[in-house]
Amino acid sequence: MEIKEQDRLSVELCGVKLRNPVIPASGCFGYGYGMTEYYDINVLGSISFKGTTLEPRYGNPLPRVAECRAGMINSVGLQNPGIDKVISEELPKMREAYHGPIIANISGFSIDDYCECCRRISGEKQVEIIELNVSCPNVHGGGMSFGTSAQSISEVVKSVKRSTTLPVIVKLTPNVTDIVEMARAAEDAGADGLCLINTLLGMRIDLKTRRPVVANTMGGFSGDAIFPVALRMVYQVAGACRIPVVGCGGVSSAENVLEMMMAGATAVEVGTANLINPWACPEIIADLPRVMDKYGIATLSELQR
Amino acid sequence: MITRQDTKYHIIDNTPIGTNTMMMTLAGPTSTFTAPGQFVNIAIPGFTLRRPISVCSIEENQLTIVYDKVGAGTEVLATLGPKTEVDLLPALGNGFDLSKCGERPVLLAGGVGCPPIYNLAKELIKKGVLPTVVLGFNSSDRMIMIEAFEKLYIPFHVATIDGSYGIKGYVTDVLKHEAIDPDYFYACGPLPMLKALCQNLDIPGEVSLESRMACGFGVCMCCSLETKKGPRRICKDGPVFDKEDLIWK
Repeated sequence: MEIKEQDRLSVELCGVKLRNPVIPASGCFGYGYGMTEYYDINVLGSISFKGTTLEPRYGNPLPRVAECRAGMINSVGLQNPGIDKVISEELPKMREAYHGPIIANISGFSIDDYCECCRRISGEKQVEIIELNVSCPNVHGGGMSFGTSAQSISEVVKSVKRSTTLPVIVKLTPNVTDIVEMARAAEDAGADGLCLINTLLGMRIDLKTRRPVVANTMGGFSGDAIFPVALRMVYQVAGACRIPVVGCGGVSSAENVLEMMMAGATAVEVGTANLINPWACPEIIADLPRVMDKYGIATLSELQR
Repeated sequence: MITRQDTKYHIIDNTPIGTNTMMMTLAGPTSTFTAPGQFVNIAIPGFTLRRPISVCSIEENQLTIVYDKVGAGTEVLATLGPKTEVDLLPALGNGFDLSKCGERPVLLAGGVGCPPIYNLAKELIKKGVLPTVVLGFNSSDRMIMIEAFEKLYIPFHVATIDGSYGIKGYVTDVLKHEAIDPDYFYACGPLPMLKALCQNLDIPGEVSLESRMACGFGVCMCCSLETKKGPRRICKDGPVFDKEDLIWK
């Protein structure tokens, strides 16, 4: 019997049904509506919107980007208009363009920041999952500093879980000695899911100026080059935790999506690939059935644990 | 909506037009361009990030871009020969606002800022406006597009910092010494030049900025600029900004 294409690709993430597992990663897609000049973004499984904080942030000085072999470094620094403007201005435009489930990527500089943002975003139409960003490498005193200690992960997750009834996915940083320890801390604190990985801390120096290329000296390394690292961490964490894992890091093809899912991912985020090819996500989605046929995969759900 | 097909171009020609500057003519769709000053973000084999490059002229299904060889990416771009397929995102950014030009606009360009200013001059002439053009270069061996501008038959001045051609000094020196009485200015060039123009010219105007970019279409926030109206993306809200909106430090 022929399986309908929508049934072949659909997955369920933290109780939320996604038409496919392909999700543009936070920071690589804005609030979605800007991409409608390239394609109808309703083909996407979900969208993780730009990392949002309680207060508006301009972010780091320019330049914020550096070329790397098979990747790039960014030091944007969580530029965003703040949670209230996101709710009043960005989300309405996002919902006009996109009718599927939205993942709210929330970052903060204190536990109270995270909780307050989560409280304010909860109940917003279409926002069905919170992605707790404890892994931004480009800010001081927040972001990644939460995600590099099991104890602070535990504290922030416990507090956030009391502030919202939405499922909470914790986005982890790879810049730790033991990713499984961080993942377990999040799971034990009540996280509903995990997303990994955020960017790897990296840097480049300009030979002409003898100075770092990005003004903030260091930045987050992303792109094709980090895929093996991301896959390895997804595999380790999926084997150690019961909650669903969203695979993220260097995904740029349907083959990468399948590999991530075979490693234990329930869904997959696509980041840097969007910046290089604005059609990366729809091309991956369109290519999935062909690649699944090639490897004898009837449905993506059969790959799930 | 821009489709994937709109990004497929073929090189017709890719030749040096100066000591360090290349001109590339490409065959491909140009219908999405709406204003001079818009740019393209071009993929270079072997590199992750596209390179944002300004447009010098737009004909039906033919595009000309001009770029300096400033690093490893543009060095490779300079080696690509005719018939090579290249992938570029066309018609990015806002471009110059021709409706504000007044009656006597002056167009100022420094170095590789010349191409979008050339395109703007052509469009203004089509509108029946006669702009004055002032170009500035470090030295005569760095000059580009002089003949192209001369062929527009509009008032035209050149300054070189070392005095090896035209007026010795900067484009601002040309404005001091020549009988030019502009009521609006458009500029593209190095930041110190744009800063001097915005701070010293007491007429309204707009300038085209550049930045290292990742996406070029407004989603990554890698080229965000603090302006009097709040943060603005050079790639999407710019690259052309009203003089009044810019903050100079």
